[in-house]
Amino acid sequence: MAKFEYTDESVVVVIGSGAGGGTLANELCQKGIKVVLLEAGARQSTASFINDEWKSFSQLAWLDARTTSGSWRVAKDFAGLPAWICKTVGGSTTHWAGASLRFQEHEFRARTTYGQIDGTNLLDWPVTLQELEPYYAKAENKMGVTRTNGIPGLPGNNNFKVLHAGAKKLGYKEVNTGRMAINSQPRDGRGRCMQLGFCFQGCKSGAKWSTLYTEIPKAEATGNLDLRTQAHVTRIDHDNSGKVTAVTYMDGAGKEQRQSARLVCVAGNSIETPRLLLMSASDMFKDGLANSSGQVGRNYMRHMTGSVYAAFKNPVHMYRGTTMAGIIQDEAAHNPKRGFAGGYEMETLALGIPFMAAFLNPGGWGADFAWWMEHYVQTAGMWLVGEDMPRETNRVTLNTSVKDQWGNPAPNVHFDDHPNDIAMRNHAFKQGEEVYKAAGAIKTFRTPPYPSTHNMGTCRMSAKASEGVVNKWGQTHDIDNLFISDGSQFTTGGAENPTLTIVTLAIRQADYIAKQMTARAI
Amino acid sequence: MKVITIHRGADDAPALEGCDEDSGIVRKVDLPLARREFLKGSGILMGTLATGSVVASLAPSNVWALELKTLSTAEGEAIMAMGRVLYPHAKLPDAVYALLSKALDGKAAGDAAAAKSLREGIAQLDQKAGGSFAKAGGAKKLEVVKSLEGTPFFGMVRGQCITALYDNDMAFAVFGYPGSAWEKGGYITRGFQDLKWLPNPPAEASPPPYMG
Repeated sequence: MAKFEYTDESVVVVIGSGAGGGTLANELCQKGIKVVLLEAGARQSTASFINDEWKSFSQLAWLDARTTSGSWRVAKDFAGLPAWICKTVGGSTTHWAGASLRFQEHEFRARTTYGQIDGTNLLDWPVTLQELEPYYAKAENKMGVTRTNGIPGLPGNNNFKVLHAGAKKLGYKEVNTGRMAINSQPRDGRGRCMQLGFCFQGCKSGAKWSTLYTEIPKAEATGNLDLRTQAHVTRIDHDNSGKVTAVTYMDGAGKEQRQSARLVCVAGNSIETPRLLLMSASDMFKDGLANSSGQVGRNYMRHMTGSVYAAFKNPVHMYRGTTMAGIIQDEAAHNPKRGFAGGYEMETLALGIPFMAAFLNPGGWGADFAWWMEHYVQTAGMWLVGEDMPRETNRVTLNTSVKDQWGNPAPNVHFDDHPNDIAMRNHAFKQGEEVYKAAGAIKTFRTPPYPSTHNMGTCRMSAKASEGVVNKWGQTHDIDNLFISDGSQFTTGGAENPTLTIVTLAIRQADYIAKQMTARAI
Repeated sequence: MKVITIHRGADDAPALEGCDEDSGIVRKVDLPLARREFLKGSGILMGTLATGSVVASLAPSNVWALELKTLSTAEGEAIMAMGRVLYPHAKLPDAVYALLSKALDGKAAGDAAAAKSLREGIAQLDQKAGGSFAKAGGAKKLEVVKSLEGTPFFGMVRGQCITALYDNDMAFAVFGYPGSAWEKGGYITRGFQDLKWLPNPPAEASPPPYMG
């Protein structure tokens, strides 16, 4: 591991080691650029991951103080847990399920395609699918996405068999085990999937791609990476000209440290990233860094989500094997005849007994609830993930009444479903039920959205500086040497799981940063 | 090699003083070993696991006892009974519902406000049931619990159930969830796609697993 001086002004400081930060750090290191990677969490490994839902949650989840508001059910059932994301080296790539889908062409032109929809803040991305295609290809190769690069699809488990049977009977055509960043055969020095069934708890076989055991070790091997764990950034500093110059962080011993930087790239996921910008407010930037548009923290998106579980007469054992290698893509297209804009994917999902009890029906109790737990081995499940509408009022702000462990204001996530989200969810619930009924379900259940595992949009890309926070490269409009490198950049959410696009943008951003640094523009 | 003969009975037993004796004598000690005195808690919950049940096959003994630090036996039993109303599983043994009492007892031990809320809630359960909640009939119990829905006491108990009742090996065994899988090699050779009551998807949708 390289060790750079706190006062070294030539380093790039990357905040967060997940899909965005971990990938960006490696890409820059490969180009010979010195990177100080600051990760708030500790460093786990395939050895330390735990096949136990609650224990793993304690190990990996971001559990610092957070608050919620708004009409979304998460604010009622999980008031202090707006999101299930991670505080660990590798970020949420330790916990994610591996689903790796490209955005569709029209999704980059959401405003043009869907038109003006009241109560939304729809906007076209300042970048097109065509421009991203070479980078999507690089990301798919980097991550080892099945059904690309000659990599076979994963074998379907029982949960997928049920989904497939019902889907086919219903007339769906695009049904398979999906594009997953999980090795179906040995690749890139990692073994193939052993169908452990604990994808969400960190992959103990390393078959699932995570920056923890891919990008980070590769970056370390270049000699250009200084990864500091339990390094929680609390402020980004700037000089009188408005350039960022350093970051302040609390280290593992609870001491405040300051690291100089030539440029700063923020990849703390979509709640911490805007929070950090807001906490870095100064006399010069009274509304927070890079916030001349007022859009920092706004347009928070979490995807339209929900689950359908179904019980059958015969056993399913949905917990056996991959959590999410199974998809129906027929509903992902934009088809306004259904009564809403945008589309959604239907993906297999399984939870263990502990998390079924917690998330199937939050707050539920009694004989009906008990019935579901008793039929656990006969249950199949799917997750619905679709495009939710960006709204200015859905936002991350600083809650000055609640402090975190460092005495800083906790982030508040405010969210209200848009009527388009509700219409889409109801349609998706119905279709999910129909799939399972076609497969012979004796009972189905509509599970409300979980604490958000997809978090996007809070420092969005825009062509015009007045409408967003960053340009097409993720470079903030206001400060040339300040970048956003995670899903906060997303102008809209599309129907697809975000990780592949985050990695894609990071690879492309690294190219841009390297060129800018060589040209001494930043 | 030193040999120590094991003596039984008093006949050839030397007088004993300390623990370092070079004596193999196993002497009978006159200690008043009553269980109630041995465990020093405020209450105790006890039960047995049904012979032949899946849980009994896993346990070292089918008799169990759980010590409470703050709650009385009667209070612990009231909580167990409330747990059975909230999450009624005939197949889950009392031992699992005792874990609910244990968890709330632990909370009460560390938090005076929680202890007060618990005690008052339990008193309400008994009062609304006309004397003893634990001894009331099923319909009455349900009526009482429903009437407390929305109260902080109800929320505390119901919320605790999620982990106390469902995050333990007994519940896993009863509901058929095997838990940790990595140490058994996952499911790639242990039935991850063994379902036979639906047709197999074609290879294009679901390619075969790579086995080397």
